[in-house]
Amino acid sequence: MQKSLHIDPNKCTACLQCEMACAWENHRSFTIAKSRIKVFTFHKEGRFVPYTCTQCDEAWCMTACPVDAIRLDPVTGAKIVLEPTCVGCKVCTIACPFGTINYVASTGKVQKCDLCDGEPACAKACPTGAITYVDADWTGLGKMRQWAGKTDTNPATV
Amino acid sequence: MAWTKNVLRVNLEAGTCTTEPLNMQWAQDYLGQRGLATKYLVSEIDPKVDPFSPKNKLIFVTGPLTGTMAATGGRYSVVTKGPLTGAIACSNSGGYFGAELKFAGWDMVIFEGAAPKPVYLLINDGKAELVDASHLWGKTVWETEETIKTQHQDPQIRVAAIGRAGENRVLYAAIVNDLHRAAGRSGVGAVMGSKNLKAVAVRGTRTDAYQMANPEAFFAATEAGKKVLAANGVTGQGLPTYGTQVLMNVINELGALPTRNHREVQFEGAHDISGEAMHEKRPTDGKANLVTNGACFGCTIACGRISRMDPGHFSIKDKPQYHGASGGVEYEAAWALGAANGVNDLEALTYANFLCNEDGFDPITFGATVGAAMELYEMGVLTEKETGLKMPFGSTEALVKLAEMTAKGEGFGKIMGLGSKRLCTKYGHPELSMTVKSQEFPAYDGRALQGMGLAYATNNRGACHLRGYMVSPEVLGIPVKMEPQATEGKPAMLKAFQDLTAVVDSAGICLFTTFAWGLSDIQPQIQAACEGDWSEERLLLVGERIWNMEREFNLAAGFTAKDDNLPPRLMKEPAKTGPQKGAVSKLDVMLPEYYQVRGWTKDGVPTAETRKRLGV
Repeated sequence: MQKSLHIDPNKCTACLQCEMACAWENHRSFTIAKSRIKVFTFHKEGRFVPYTCTQCDEAWCMTACPVDAIRLDPVTGAKIVLEPTCVGCKVCTIACPFGTINYVASTGKVQKCDLCDGEPACAKACPTGAITYVDADWTGLGKMRQWAGKTDTNPATV
Repeated sequence: MAWTKNVLRVNLEAGTCTTEPLNMQWAQDYLGQRGLATKYLVSEIDPKVDPFSPKNKLIFVTGPLTGTMAATGGRYSVVTKGPLTGAIACSNSGGYFGAELKFAGWDMVIFEGAAPKPVYLLINDGKAELVDASHLWGKTVWETEETIKTQHQDPQIRVAAIGRAGENRVLYAAIVNDLHRAAGRSGVGAVMGSKNLKAVAVRGTRTDAYQMANPEAFFAATEAGKKVLAANGVTGQGLPTYGTQVLMNVINELGALPTRNHREVQFEGAHDISGEAMHEKRPTDGKANLVTNGACFGCTIACGRISRMDPGHFSIKDKPQYHGASGGVEYEAAWALGAANGVNDLEALTYANFLCNEDGFDPITFGATVGAAMELYEMGVLTEKETGLKMPFGSTEALVKLAEMTAKGEGFGKIMGLGSKRLCTKYGHPELSMTVKSQEFPAYDGRALQGMGLAYATNNRGACHLRGYMVSPEVLGIPVKMEPQATEGKPAMLKAFQDLTAVVDSAGICLFTTFAWGLSDIQPQIQAACEGDWSEERLLLVGERIWNMEREFNLAAGFTAKDDNLPPRLMKEPAKTGPQKGAVSKLDVMLPEYYQVRGWTKDGVPTAETRKRLGV
């Protein structure tokens, strides 16, 4: 079964534990400027939204890469940047419609979410369940359940 | 290693920014944050200095756990000599600013002198420079943050700024970061204003600024700590759901909610301004005041309130800038803006709170000062002619107007900006100021909770709830239940709380963790992050050392045992209603014992033996 990161912004509190976990996983530092997942605060709406790569099937970053430095991990479905191959041309950052692949000036390479080899550190660190790692075919399960709970199954009692 | 070992020294007069190595001996003796910055301050300034003199210094400081995955590891403090009290001032704030400072590679920023014209400090990792802020002077905190981000084309900059309250030297002006988190008390924002320093803007992207001494042990300890927080009723349920406002109804029912300038101990409108009420749908627009809860950096509790006002409320009807969500009332603010002056309109309280954030002033001291002014008004001492307002207790209109006038220093707002001690003294009734060392009480009655009364009287920064939270044993039964009216064992318990709190602050984590965490939960996290041996015994000694260092500073500044007192109202006027009916403070019983437990003389001075034991 393939899994997928699932984000429920309603549960996010913007504590940024996910950003620290991601930075630690990839840079051995808590400096969130290096995180591949980003929590956005929409202050006037009182909303917090974690955002990262959704691992498109038809990944435009991968298609656009002129040196074939972005490869598919067949197990996790992640599109992974091969650092030694990446030449830092940034074409992928233009191709990606979502902005979730970004250049890292200190390394001269790009970085994006690679699902941490199937154990995403962000999901593990999230204290509220806003970020989970679930069956890729059933990311809607929680929402379906929520609506199912509202279904009137016994009109006679109303 | 959890320290960056770098101190940024900014001479505002000369306009220079220089780097110096952190005094690692002091880091070992005082841990970080509150303790460490206080050590720097007391070593560098004359205790008798005028807080607004360029000779006073202002220090922004992080702790070893700031900017780490330790739960709540995002705290920073601002340390200076405070203008409201004339005592040591240390105000702690959350949000994201503190961690960013650490990511940029700094443990501490020391400001000295005063700038000849308005400036802000811009820190970009190792590069620090003073930038002209004349275009920001006169602007609010919110406008300042937006302008700085736009100007530098970087939405990821973190900003801590003063509003007009700090510029106008409101004696309880705050420094506000991330729009609604504040180093709120004791007027640290006014000192910043006196230095012509409008803001500190930071962007931190370094990955090599500091390391954990033992990463594996650090993750084991912090993950264990997070589980404890999640499983605890207060930190896992109460605080995320209701915020600190979980206390409003509890404290009121216990008869410990100071009401109308401490004339009463129960407020008939408590429910209307409670955490529960924030969840209820308003009859006017069918929406609840509370939008969501929010966290500070690294915090797995997330007690913060994010509120949206009723756009039809009279205070904001024609002011669309307040129609969006922003930082809502926490318990202390709701009490001060509400019960302390008899106002039960949650929307008005939220508006006043927005203004406190927007223009940077402390809602506790402001609200309590409104309460004192209202009492003077009801006595006929203050008149409508004098203030331009009708202001009996319970007047929502007066609260709103005063909140609008204070930061700007308009009319009577100028006197409001002095705090209740100076206000009441000016009108001949100093006894009506509900303060210790000229700083206003927070939201717990010092008669109804005897231990809190003692905590206020002995607090190094004047009355506050964040230096020895005796509410824990007296109300919540943490770590043991103590009866509110009992005095036995309270001096020793208070000392333990004060020392532990100094450790928690100095580590760079939030005091609210201690609803669930004991020292045995915190110690392994510090041990794994910091080099050296940090046993529980040593940490408590560090805490005690910090407490005594602050005390020594105050004594040298001119404070004496006479200042460890409570207003006559708490000593002589019995609580009128509720379970604590008839209570007055038994401070006279507890204080001598407290001095003894502290190893101080009967005049409240650390003995030679105590000084030697602590090395201060």
